[in-house]
Amino acid sequence: MEIVTCILAGLLFATAIYNLLQKQLIRIIIGTGLLSHGAHLFILTMGGLKGGKSPILNEDVSNYTDPLPQALILTSIVISFGITSLLLVLAYRAANDNGTDNMDQLRGNKNE
Amino acid sequence: MSNLAVLPIIIPLFAGIILAFFPTKVKLLRALTKIFSISSLLVVAYIAWQVINHGPIILETGNWPAPYGIILVADPLAIILVLTTNIITVACAFFAPHSVTLKQEQHYFYSFMFFLITGVSGAFLTGDLFNLFVFFEVLLMASYALIVLGGDKVQLRESIKYVLINLFSSMLFVTAVAFLYGVVGTVNMAHIAERVQEVDQKGILTTIGLLFFFVFATKAALFPLFYWMPKSYIVPNPVISALFGALLTKVGIYSIIRVFSLIFIYKLDMTHQMFIWIAGLSMIFGILGAFSTNNVKLIIAYNIIPAIGFIIMGIGVFEQDAVSGAVYYLVHDMIIKAVLFLIVGVVAYVAGTSDLRKMGGLIHYYPVLGWLLFVSAFILAGIPPFSGFIAKLLLLKGTLANGEIAITIIALASSLLILYSVMKIFIKGFWGEKNSKYETEKKSTKGLIGPIIFLLTFSVILGIGAEFFYPTIEGISTYLLDPEVYIDAVLKE
Repeated sequence: MEIVTCILAGLLFATAIYNLLQKQLIRIIIGTGLLSHGAHLFILTMGGLKGGKSPILNEDVSNYTDPLPQALILTSIVISFGITSLLLVLAYRAANDNGTDNMDQLRGNKNE
Repeated sequence: MSNLAVLPIIIPLFAGIILAFFPTKVKLLRALTKIFSISSLLVVAYIAWQVINHGPIILETGNWPAPYGIILVADPLAIILVLTTNIITVACAFFAPHSVTLKQEQHYFYSFMFFLITGVSGAFLTGDLFNLFVFFEVLLMASYALIVLGGDKVQLRESIKYVLINLFSSMLFVTAVAFLYGVVGTVNMAHIAERVQEVDQKGILTTIGLLFFFVFATKAALFPLFYWMPKSYIVPNPVISALFGALLTKVGIYSIIRVFSLIFIYKLDMTHQMFIWIAGLSMIFGILGAFSTNNVKLIIAYNIIPAIGFIIMGIGVFEQDAVSGAVYYLVHDMIIKAVLFLIVGVVAYVAGTSDLRKMGGLIHYYPVLGWLLFVSAFILAGIPPFSGFIAKLLLLKGTLANGEIAITIIALASSLLILYSVMKIFIKGFWGEKNSKYETEKKSTKGLIGPIIFLLTFSVILGIGAEFFYPTIEGISTYLLDPEVYIDAVLKE
């Protein structure tokens, strides 16, 4: 099971990089979203998947999922939400002010 | 007692929150900013005194014992960096009202400044890798807001690149933490160090170490990962540039020092030897960048890269003198970069342009500014008796003693070239005929010079009083070279 999720995380990373290398701003932002999904899935996998066991350690529970990765992911997801929304606003303003959402034209100043 | 360790994080956080309540009352904001920054500096100075005299302060939040809970470790290295951070904040708090526009002040400039300090202090003090990531994000979020504050076209463009590159490296950071967690099963740095020691850093751990290095090198703007840095650092207001130039890249380099003096230290011939090469290349390319431009701000921004190179060189050699030099250089460079960014900010302001080709003869109208630039160029390049000299002396003593001849020569040559690249501003901007343009529209530098002199004093003291500071710095490097001390302090074995 871990192998499958690892491969899936790898695929997410690959798609993310492909999208990051595009010229349209919105596709780049989708790329960043996929990148963080890949990373989160990867953290979850690294904690070990125990086939749907709950992340609780009680006296009568002996088989449990590692709760730490879940705590880590929660933090990381909140952060990536924040950054994604910031990036969307930023892209909107940049596209409005520059009149284009193409990265090639964003760099084109007169003397650069 | 151990609660002291959280104060450097809490005070700026509360300051930022309180200031966010009345964004339009600018006079109150300015007064409160000064009060908060000074009180924070005093508190941190007290903590630093405690730590240096009585050993590290460790806070286990919620009374969860060390490897399980979140811990804050105020050890000597972290606390002197927090202290330096707070000194710079005080200078920026006094500089900002005269430099930042009213509109920016009303758009929560001071709050974001304090949030940035929260993140930086947190990153220095945290004791586990995942919280290092969280505090990185805290400071990056504040920096995203600061870099785009004002919303110029050029700011928007640079901030998109800045956000993207930092987002990418942050996600790699999380991935690297996940890898490490998968291998050693913990995120507490002391615990990781202990476990890595037990298995003698196998191949997979070195690979993870290099992934961490890649992440931190991106944040620290090392060769070849510096391309995003210079232009995004010069687009915001000079105060913000000073904070960024002084603090952000230094958090990256601090993380490298921490991780590669504590955790990944069993394959020195591979990792640390690579650092020395990267240090040399950073120096060369940073200098080339500084020579390539006539923009005064860009010259200073490019000068960050060789400075980071010097520090990483000290880590690469990984021996008493070199590490002392690296720590000394780190503190020295934080202060002097803030000074230089503030100075060129004032230069660009009084000259009305940041293009050196359009300046000249400023010394007739702004003599104090000119001589401040002159002195700080000397400090930066390491002319005795200033702080840069002591740091470089220690570094070069370390490299020579270890037979790293090539890097020593590159370091010496690049020191000279650094001096020239900053002197170029002095020669082209300040020398020359009187220019009637500045006569008619002489701008007031009231309030701008004071903070610069304040910071410069610390730099001079750090150089002249080296005898006084050296034992502390040496103590830090001894301690960095022996990870057992940190592990024992945190895990209390």
